[in-house]
Amino acid sequence: MAVMTYREALNAALREEMERDPDVFLMGEEVAEYDGAYKVSKGLLAQFGSRRVVDSPISELGFTGLCVGASMAGLRPVVEFMTFNFAFLAIDQVINSAAKMLYMSDGQFPMPIVFRGPTGAALQLSAQHSIACETYYLHSPGVKVVTPATPADAKGLLKASIRDDDPVAFMEGELLYNFKGEVPDDEDFVIPLGVADLKREGSDVSIITHGKMVHVAMQAAAKLEKAGIGADVLDLRTLRPLDVDAILASVRKTNRAVYVEEGWSYVGVGAQIVATIQEESFDDLDAPVLRVTQADIPMPYAKNLEIMAKPNADRVVEACNKVLYRR
Amino acid sequence: MAQTKTKRKAGEPADAFEQFGVSPELALELLREMLLYRRFEEKAEEGYAIGKIGGFCHLHIGQEGVAAGSIKPLRTEDYVISAYREHTQALAKGVKPGSVMAELYGRATGASGGKGGSMHIFDRDVRFMGGHGIVGGQVPLATGIAWKIKYREEDLVVVCYMGDAAVNQGGFHEALNMAAVWELPAIYVVENNHYGMGTAFRRVSLTDMIEKASPYGIPATSVNGQDVLATYAHFRDLAEAVRNGGGPRFVDVETYRFRGHSMSDPVSGTYRPKDEVDQKTHEEDPIVMLRERLFDGGHLDQAGLEAMDTEAREAAREAADFADASPPPGPEALYANVWAEINPHGRLNFDGRGESPWR
Repeated sequence: MAVMTYREALNAALREEMERDPDVFLMGEEVAEYDGAYKVSKGLLAQFGSRRVVDSPISELGFTGLCVGASMAGLRPVVEFMTFNFAFLAIDQVINSAAKMLYMSDGQFPMPIVFRGPTGAALQLSAQHSIACETYYLHSPGVKVVTPATPADAKGLLKASIRDDDPVAFMEGELLYNFKGEVPDDEDFVIPLGVADLKREGSDVSIITHGKMVHVAMQAAAKLEKAGIGADVLDLRTLRPLDVDAILASVRKTNRAVYVEEGWSYVGVGAQIVATIQEESFDDLDAPVLRVTQADIPMPYAKNLEIMAKPNADRVVEACNKVLYRR
Repeated sequence: MAQTKTKRKAGEPADAFEQFGVSPELALELLREMLLYRRFEEKAEEGYAIGKIGGFCHLHIGQEGVAAGSIKPLRTEDYVISAYREHTQALAKGVKPGSVMAELYGRATGASGGKGGSMHIFDRDVRFMGGHGIVGGQVPLATGIAWKIKYREEDLVVVCYMGDAAVNQGGFHEALNMAAVWELPAIYVVENNHYGMGTAFRRVSLTDMIEKASPYGIPATSVNGQDVLATYAHFRDLAEAVRNGGGPRFVDVETYRFRGHSMSDPVSGTYRPKDEVDQKTHEEDPIVMLRERLFDGGHLDQAGLEAMDTEAREAAREAADFADASPPPGPEALYANVWAEINPHGRLNFDGRGESPWR
């Protein structure tokens, strides 16, 4: 075990997988000579050269499509988006090409490719740089969606994503890059996609979440504990494939659930989770499932408004109290 | 096809075979292939009319010279990728006629197992990379295939077809820029039939087609796609240059679509004059043009032509019979191949099928 930042964990995963498989290459804006807009690719150009660590022009649709084509032909590209907010320009190639290629060719073209970069809000980046983009990718069959919350998960899940034969939208967080944690050194440390992580156990309420909001949920659970309430905190880690069994196991224990997500509520990730819970475990519920999300507005710039717009621990506590019918 | 004899153009050498370096034997082979493409597409037209083929169906009739002339010089290992008017390009690259027709019919024996349809024909074995339905979407993909060729230091090329409308898409420009910067072995081919669906190219572009790649420093050439010998010679030379590290090329292939945009569009439509369609159909049919040359050179007679045509009709009929006799995909195909492993997400949510989820 070594203590490292989330950024360093991603870097280690990229380095190890590029050492392991000569078909893995990294392409994106500023990944090479600048050493990465967020330094995730630091040192990779020096180690692997410009054939495998490639600065692209600012052409999201173009370089994404190029990498999808390279994957079709047998390589294993890792595409870095400076943020998933910029990937709206590229999403046609993700959905219409990458996600559908295997199916519409009836299995002839597996599509090993990772699209990675930060999603969601950082600090005061305002409307066009703050969208939590998970739901856009989740909607489409054929794409896996991975949202690591910790350095260990960042490493283990990125390695699994690069080794996977399907397109993976691997969503990080600008505010997570400096987050430190223990990470196994083993170069075969791989976390399988589709396995949730129960971060904390309690018997009164289930707080289910993913990505950056795991940390908000943990803060909320600590506050609830002081009030004598035990909360499960379930980190889904991957949103497709989804660990339905882990969700249902927690709900069947606590009979109450709150979903926390950084994005908007309307047709958001939580809407899917609520649908799953009510379909498969309706009789286990003692209260409606509530969601804590971003306010239903484009992200404002002003600091006070931004704070008001984002989910926070107090709001999660409040939602938990509501499903517990506590004041 | 029209039976009118095409006059030899003034100044054209008596022997076009010699001029283009194409032997009469190879020319006969090109004629045989174009006849197959024509009869195949007519059979597809018929299949659509009788309800065997559904969805969108875009025929290549009139543009056969482009597919035959540009794919014939390629190697089996070279890649071809196209848009949604791709039936004959698939045939040219080596996909079996029965496999293409069965795909149009939506059958399990189709090139894409009946899951792709007319617009999504794939055959990995002969490196036919689709069949893509978003205008211009295949251009970045082709660039990525070229990237792989260069990455692996292979002695190959990718040929990417697109219609004239695709050059107004952003992805075209982004992809050509990268291909140029990284000197990728791609040949971008505009099958310029002058209409993007019903929109004449001149109405949506102030600059000529030949200029579209020049901002990126990619050499551009033009060739008459109705003249299959000229097209063949052009692509033979281009493929050689690109294969030898010459970087990408852009080719404006002048051609004409003898049918509507798709099966729902009448032959001339409201957007192009009937006179224009008649003139092109009668004077610039690629099959007639080659046939006349072969007649003139004494390499083919009427009986020989009829034998070849019978063979083509027979192959098209066999393809349709094969498709018709093939089963549709089984119910197990519905959820197969969404992911590379078995898709566990038939159970993601109840979708109106099967047992209740709370069972």
